[in-house]
Amino acid sequence: MKRVLVAAIFLVWAAMLCTIPLFLSFGDPAATDMDTYFIGRGQADAAANNIVTSVVFDFRGFDTLGESVVLFTAVTGVALMVREKRKGEEHEDE
Amino acid sequence: MLANLPYIVVVVLFLIGLATIVLKRNLIKIFLGIVILESAVNLFIVSLGYREGGIAPIYTNAPGTLMVLPTPQALTLTSIVIGVATSALLLSFAIVIWKKYGSIEIGFLRRLKE
Amino acid sequence: MRMSKIVRTGASILYPFIVIFGLYVIMHGHLTPGGGFQGGAVIATGAALLLVAFSAGEISGMVRKSTLMGQETLGLLLFIGAGILGLIMGAPFFANVLANSGLLFGQAVLPGPNPGELNTAGVLPIMNIAVGVEVWGGLAIVVMYLLSTIEREGA
Repeated sequence: MKRVLVAAIFLVWAAMLCTIPLFLSFGDPAATDMDTYFIGRGQADAAANNIVTSVVFDFRGFDTLGESVVLFTAVTGVALMVREKRKGEEHEDE
Repeated sequence: MLANLPYIVVVVLFLIGLATIVLKRNLIKIFLGIVILESAVNLFIVSLGYREGGIAPIYTNAPGTLMVLPTPQALTLTSIVIGVATSALLLSFAIVIWKKYGSIEIGFLRRLKE
Repeated sequence: MRMSKIVRTGASILYPFIVIFGLYVIMHGHLTPGGGFQGGAVIATGAALLLVAFSAGEISGMVRKSTLMGQETLGLLLFIGAGILGLIMGAPFFANVLANSGLLFGQAVLPGPNPGELNTAGVLPIMNIAVGVEVWGGLAIVVMYLLSTIEREGA
């Protein structure tokens, strides 16, 4: 019963995902106004040759700020979880 | 249909990742499924921004001016770094669970709860 | 858990080249493919190579973990400081105030395809360096923590 349910859910997912290659056409993006602006104005506004870098750090700088904070928080979490216990410090739940 | 080969690869990768998450019982394998799902999404976003005959959006010694879209590439860059950070966090969760229970099989963990 | 002498010698010969290549990718992030994230990840790969070739305990004796943690914090603070630079010079937060200004990295670029000049792009190279330092420290300390935990617990 459970296996039948899992198989049915998988079939539904596969059918939904198959609409991507059926209805989208590769190499022909739908809306390009914003990217045309970035490509055309990137050299004048951000003064950088690499348009991807100017999008990451200039036009969408707040995304990158949040992303750096996420990286910092994740590394701090790893350091908290797997650090060595100091002498005399016990697990609180053992 | 074959011109949409990147999208077909996206569908296959997505289904592999989903099957790994649902069917496997080992925590490490579940995390690998999550990583495969992330790479499917990254490939989908990047291939959405491809323009026929375009070059990389960099003007240094560029052979032409028809360029692929830069914004999906920038967002994918952000997504990759966040994916690395969350994978590291998931693996350290696995280490903590293994230290506490001595096993990372999710069936075993569920039995301990009752 | 240290590797053979061949692996250790090869790793210590390769490590400076990996670091220099990563610094090149970071520094030329506004001209060529690459940037802070990619260059930082390249250097962290070199750190992971050293950690695998030697043991994590041996590397922990040379580099303290608090040094890497401080490096990561320094990178984040430098990034936020590059954003606040816009506020100081009377523009919005994160504004590219150094571009086309004639100051550091302030040269204007020629429109269209050009050979590329390093002294351009305003605050973007500063942010690239900041993010590169942060990703370098962050990924290296993650690999170091996980490997040293595995060695200590004997998994």
